[in-house]
Amino acid sequence: MANFTLSINGKKQQVDVDPSTPLLWVLRDHLNLVGAKYGCGVAQCGSCTVHLEGVAVRSCMLPISVVGNQSITTIEGLSEKGDHPVQKAWLEHDVAQCGYCQTGQIMNAAAFLKANPNPSDEEIEAAMSGNICRCGTYVRIKAVIKTAAAG
Amino acid sequence: MAIVKTTYNRRSFLKTTALAGGGMMLGFSWLAGCQPASEEALEMPKEWFEINSFLKIGENGVVTILSPNPEFGQNVKTAMPMIVAEELDVDWKQVIVEQAPFNTDLYTRQFTGGSQGIRQGWQGLRMAGATARQLLREAAAQAWQAPVEEITTEAGVLYHKNSGKSAGYGEMASAAAGLPVPEEVQLKDVKDFRIIGQSRKNVDGLKIVTGQPLFGVDYRRDGMLIAMISHPPAFGMKLKSVDDSAARNMPGIKDIFTIKTYEEEYERNAFDTNTFPELVAIVGNTTWEVMNAKKALRIEWEPFSDYTETVNSWGGKQSVRIPAGLENTSGHIAKMAEMAAKPGNVLRKDGDPEAAFKNAAKVIERTYTAPFLAHNCMEPMNFFAHVTADKAELAGPLQAPEFIEQTLSARLGMPLEKIDIHMTRMGGGFGRRAYSHHMVEAAVISQKVNAPVKLLYTREDDMTFGIYRPAYHATYRAALDADNNLIAYQVKAGGIPESPLGRGAANRFPAGAVDNYLAEEWAIASNITIGAFRAPRSNFIGGAEQSFLDEVAEAAGKDPIEFRLDLLKRAQNNPVGENNDYDPARYAGVLELAREKSGWGQEQPNIHRGVAAYFCHNSYVAHVLDLTIEKGKPRIERACCAIDCGIVINPDAAANMAEGAIVDGIGNAFFGAMTFKEGVPEKNNFNNYRMIRIGEAPKAIDVHFVQNDIDPTGMGEPPFPPIFGAVANALYKVTGRRSYDQPFLGDKQVLG
Repeated sequence: MANFTLSINGKKQQVDVDPSTPLLWVLRDHLNLVGAKYGCGVAQCGSCTVHLEGVAVRSCMLPISVVGNQSITTIEGLSEKGDHPVQKAWLEHDVAQCGYCQTGQIMNAAAFLKANPNPSDEEIEAAMSGNICRCGTYVRIKAVIKTAAAG
Repeated sequence: MAIVKTTYNRRSFLKTTALAGGGMMLGFSWLAGCQPASEEALEMPKEWFEINSFLKIGENGVVTILSPNPEFGQNVKTAMPMIVAEELDVDWKQVIVEQAPFNTDLYTRQFTGGSQGIRQGWQGLRMAGATARQLLREAAAQAWQAPVEEITTEAGVLYHKNSGKSAGYGEMASAAAGLPVPEEVQLKDVKDFRIIGQSRKNVDGLKIVTGQPLFGVDYRRDGMLIAMISHPPAFGMKLKSVDDSAARNMPGIKDIFTIKTYEEEYERNAFDTNTFPELVAIVGNTTWEVMNAKKALRIEWEPFSDYTETVNSWGGKQSVRIPAGLENTSGHIAKMAEMAAKPGNVLRKDGDPEAAFKNAAKVIERTYTAPFLAHNCMEPMNFFAHVTADKAELAGPLQAPEFIEQTLSARLGMPLEKIDIHMTRMGGGFGRRAYSHHMVEAAVISQKVNAPVKLLYTREDDMTFGIYRPAYHATYRAALDADNNLIAYQVKAGGIPESPLGRGAANRFPAGAVDNYLAEEWAIASNITIGAFRAPRSNFIGGAEQSFLDEVAEAAGKDPIEFRLDLLKRAQNNPVGENNDYDPARYAGVLELAREKSGWGQEQPNIHRGVAAYFCHNSYVAHVLDLTIEKGKPRIERACCAIDCGIVINPDAAANMAEGAIVDGIGNAFFGAMTFKEGVPEKNNFNNYRMIRIGEAPKAIDVHFVQNDIDPTGMGEPPFPPIFGAVANALYKVTGRRSYDQPFLGDKQVLG
């Protein structure tokens, strides 16, 4: 076990965990931030996506020991009231079916749009290909990203 | 305006105090409260008045509607309350939706499955709203000394035109709650609907996009421990011994032991499917610690011998033999071909098929196969349980609490009234969560460690646990006469371990449209467990049949839509045989709508079109897919879908579900497969189980609903089966070769 001071959603948080613990389980089990989801544990589905220094990362395979003092943003910290442009467009297009993968999709889309504010269809598909939606909301996800980019 | 007696499920309308927020519900309050996903938050009332078990009204006019059925993404949590709100005649903006508790005294059929939620809930939900509206009118009539017939309502306000009086529902709620349930109520005419048929946003939308706790995996309780299980690595194996010496002393680990999910000799129901009777349970403080200890276990497994179990299923008590052995996909394929060569069990026979085939000018025979499929819900199996000496609290994702509560009661030796099951929002279901062995496992583990426990399956545990969509095989034969008329049709289909022709599929189209018809089935026993998977049986037979009909139409030199419509005309005007399980006019209706909306016949260069239609779960669907080849890969440019499911409650959400079914179907048609070697599932996570991703989904999907006033039928499943046929038929246009064996692309990345 070891002590780590993390910077999460603009707040310093201390945890005492095994250094190999993935960020996902630190968030979910120790900090009660459950917006990032466990889907595969092997960085194949994207449900656990959070931002590390503004870049989308898969938290399920990211050991807490390598995070250091880099800033972490989770879905809970993406906006104050769920009004990030991507979240607003998500509601406008009423994307969710089961909803489980959606926070990971939103976090991935938000980081992608920041880096590429005016993406083509192909760029959207390439950027979002790591996020599985078992319910099949892909057509709406693409529409959301275009709406958020335009808006 | 229909007058309906309230005797239907009358107990649901009786005022009840069980819902008043007391008791065990409090512990789960975060699961229940649900603000609408709108910018302006509603002001909460100071007092609630319960009108019936579906709704309560606050003194300020805010209405809480309880959605009875479990939500797994079909958006029933929005649609069901919309039906209640419609008949209550309230402003949807004044409505808060909560998940109802599981309670068989208050609600009927709290089951998500069979595309039946809205269809079977329709009448009861309407009456719940209409009854409340009637009580409010009676309360106003008494207060205003006016005849109740003169009291009208609109959007949550009561009016008496003659006296000019009006009052919000909130003002009359207290009085209404004290009135006796009326003997009969008025239901609205379809033409007067103001909420039904108008798209409303998902009531959990804001919670979903902000990552608030909604799902079973998000559940948390003070002092809660985390549990995981280890199950045999292969079908045909069972536990022999556990060496936990290394794992037991690892940090955070509380206990490691073996559990039997059900007592030996327990007479199971059809949903008690449990692949591995004995499991190893690992319990500790945190998920990561338990995961690590699980990996450190040294477990020996051994093959089991043949055994028989008693299942009290649809057809009554059955003895099911579970064969020993470590099965292989190659063996499955060989065995299915062997069975298909023998005569099957005849399900339906019209005319004289043997003679017709002998006299045919042309005979077409084709065989179709499909592999086992894993459901792969994004939220892995999990459940929270807290079992003490005098009660059991459970919370988690399950489609069918009613099917498992007796099993749990028997396993814990605890009467039902001491068991409380809470339905959390499910991260997908697709049929998988109709089988809730994981809930029983969580309860047994909690009982053993005497603490609240959340059981979580790893993705690998989930994907390799069985309860798969069966493997299937179907051989079709068609006979054409010299004028290219279809004169005989045969289907012989089977599977491991069930046939895809069960429960009436043999009576579906084109049965009834062909003079000489024969349907036969067979099955092969297996120790690989199966379960319902979105449109069970139809999800194979629908696509195979529609692929075959496409080929027959081509052999007959006819347009594939025209060919089907001609057969449907025959079934309509002069049906063959008895018990035909479809309405030819509605079936033709969706084909015609898809033909019109897709611009069928206006073919464009490099766009390859496939059509398919199917009827199952009481609804009719037709798809036209436009396929192109991009860098050697097939891609659906556009999916055009026509559906007849009667009245559509929430059109945009219904379209969303159809879009999902189309994507799901394309994904499984192209890539879906679970295979086995020596009993071991060869895929255990998303790195080797290929799932459809965003770049493989259609670029555009348009969904069109047939407009009619028929009571709603099913929505979740019917759009799924015909996709497999439409994909195969479109692929043929590109490659010139027919696709008979799913998955059509498999691990191939490029069409070669």
